[in-house]
Amino acid sequence: MSVPMPTSSSSSSTLQSGESRLHPFLATRSSLNLRRRLVNALVVLFTTLAALFAAGLLIYLLCYVLSQGLRYINLDFFTQLPTPNGEPGGGMGEAFQGSLILIALASLMGVPLGLFTGIYLAEFGRGPFAQGVRFLVDVLNGIPTIIFGLLAWVLIVIPMQSFSGLAGGFALGMIMIPIVTRTSEDVLRLVPRELREASLALGATEARTILQIVLPAARNGIITGVVLAMARVAGETAPLLMTAFGTTFWNTDVTQPMDALPLRIFQFTLSPYQQQVNQAYAGAFVLIVLILLASLAVRLAAGGFKQR
Amino acid sequence: MESNMSGPYSRLPATEGRLASQQSETPPVDLRLHHALGAVEPGQPLDQNARVAIEVRHLNFYYGTHQVLFDISLPIRQRQITALIGPSGCGKSTFLRTLNRMNDLIPETRIEGEAIFDGENIYDPAIDVIRLRQRIGMVFQRPNPFPKSIFDNIAYGLRIQRKPRRQIQEEVERSLRAAALWDEVKDRLKASALGLSGGQQQRLCIARALALHPEVLLLDEPCSALDPIATLKIEELLLSISKEYTIVIVTHNMSQAARISQYTGFFLNGRLIEYGPTAELFKRPRQRETEDYISGRFS
Ligand SMILES: Nc1ncnc2c1ncn2[C@@H]1O[C@H](COP(=O)(O)OP(=O)(O)OP(=O)(O)O)[C@@H](O)[C@H]1O
Ligand SMILES: [Mg+2]
Repeated sequence: MSVPMPTSSSSSSTLQSGESRLHPFLATRSSLNLRRRLVNALVVLFTTLAALFAAGLLIYLLCYVLSQGLRYINLDFFTQLPTPNGEPGGGMGEAFQGSLILIALASLMGVPLGLFTGIYLAEFGRGPFAQGVRFLVDVLNGIPTIIFGLLAWVLIVIPMQSFSGLAGGFALGMIMIPIVTRTSEDVLRLVPRELREASLALGATEARTILQIVLPAARNGIITGVVLAMARVAGETAPLLMTAFGTTFWNTDVTQPMDALPLRIFQFTLSPYQQQVNQAYAGAFVLIVLILLASLAVRLAAGGFKQR
Repeated sequence: MESNMSGPYSRLPATEGRLASQQSETPPVDLRLHHALGAVEPGQPLDQNARVAIEVRHLNFYYGTHQVLFDISLPIRQRQITALIGPSGCGKSTFLRTLNRMNDLIPETRIEGEAIFDGENIYDPAIDVIRLRQRIGMVFQRPNPFPKSIFDNIAYGLRIQRKPRRQIQEEVERSLRAAALWDEVKDRLKASALGLSGGQQQRLCIARALALHPEVLLLDEPCSALDPIATLKIEELLLSISKEYTIVIVTHNMSQAARISQYTGFFLNGRLIEYGPTAELFKRPRQRETEDYISGRFS
């Protein structure tokens, strides 16, 4: 703070105290007051409108998708193959089957790798190497997912000379790694140090402490991260275009092209047959609901985690 | 001095039911006893022939380049309670944690000097830290039970040692009894330890440490998160087990140090200013600083 001249300082302070004696907080000039209120009201109005707009978009999306596709959601939709040439009936059973297999493959790869990286970063990660890993994981998280498709294409599709579920699972697994890593690192760090010290003070090794005390204490948070990652890759389309590729037949052979829900939605949206376009909306609706459910489950689990 | 009290733990009948009823923990203890205790003779009767359990010599400790312990030397006597007092930040916890090498876990710490335990230097790189921590147990400031059942909390350390199931069951009961918790939890051993009250949790943590039959028990302000009644119970418990265990307790509560310990060390700014029998240190402190600190809250 600058030190003003003694005279000016005394005069200004008396003026302020004289004012504040009347009304400590309310401005004396009413025009200023009015403008402040107006600005305040406008800010409230605009932010509220923006929030309404964002929420409205989601509701509109749901309603639209539902109105277009609801008629086509029935048992056949989940259990039948697409009909040839847009004939009535049929479903996209192979897409549900394929998505399940792809997510399982991706989890098989992404969950252990992500979890162990997260454990490393939270428990042992000090120094420049850990900083580097942390940075790379963040970068990985920001990379457009089609790049992972490209990678799987180069590493798996080309050598195997075939599109395959394996390649799709690999690409999705890469996407899962950073999500699982970051969430598990975060929740592992939330486990109180006292708990680790209690275990170590009883003669436990670091490994046992992590496996038997820290991981169980962070279990809900880790599951949250895994579910989030699964929900995220369930909707991925781009990296599957050049890996799993899609098929309209039942397929459990991971070395062969495999269908997936977003792939089928993509194909059917471009279809010349109106019924397939509508089925695409039905598929989109199911996908949105699945992701909504996952988010909801995560919310519940996260709430349970915080309460502890 | 209150001459009508035969000893620090002669229990007065609870004249005011109010406090006792607020606490579900039995038995009721009159709060006035707690305050009165500070006025009785400080220090527990000490065993002149007690051998030294841990001999600390010229200990220096650094967090990075920041030195927090300066040339600490003191004997910790067997089956006696040693209290460590001193203002906040003076290094009591740090010192306590050097005794079972808990500071190893903090990166960039450095230690100089030695602490001889059972003929070996605790800081000898060749020492088995796991074994050391089993022989020198620790109880922390905040109760920190594992989010597991009461039984599993105590069995944890025993399972690490691969004790047979039968023995684990026996040890759980024995240590819960020693920690004066058995009667309160014997019907709900499978219930989560997090459902216990703070005082019960802290006694569970003591039982958890006792289950391993440690030779030394380190306690870092074990009562600071507890109310006076729970505190008194822990003190009673410590007195009752001090016949079998060497106990080192850090405390901010000087009347607690005076009540339960045989020896007291006073820390200030990382130095051990004074160490000696509790009765002497409290009645005839040799150092100005000790006197100032004690009288600051003791008169
Ligand atoms: N992990 C750490 N890293 C760096 N400095 C630390 C660390 N832990 C403690 N210190 C410093 O070491 C000094 C001693 O701390 P310590 O916790 O041993 O004090 P204390 O006597 O136990 O205090 P209190 O009574 O408040 O518990 C303090 O100056 C503290 O800031
Ligand atoms: Mg401390």
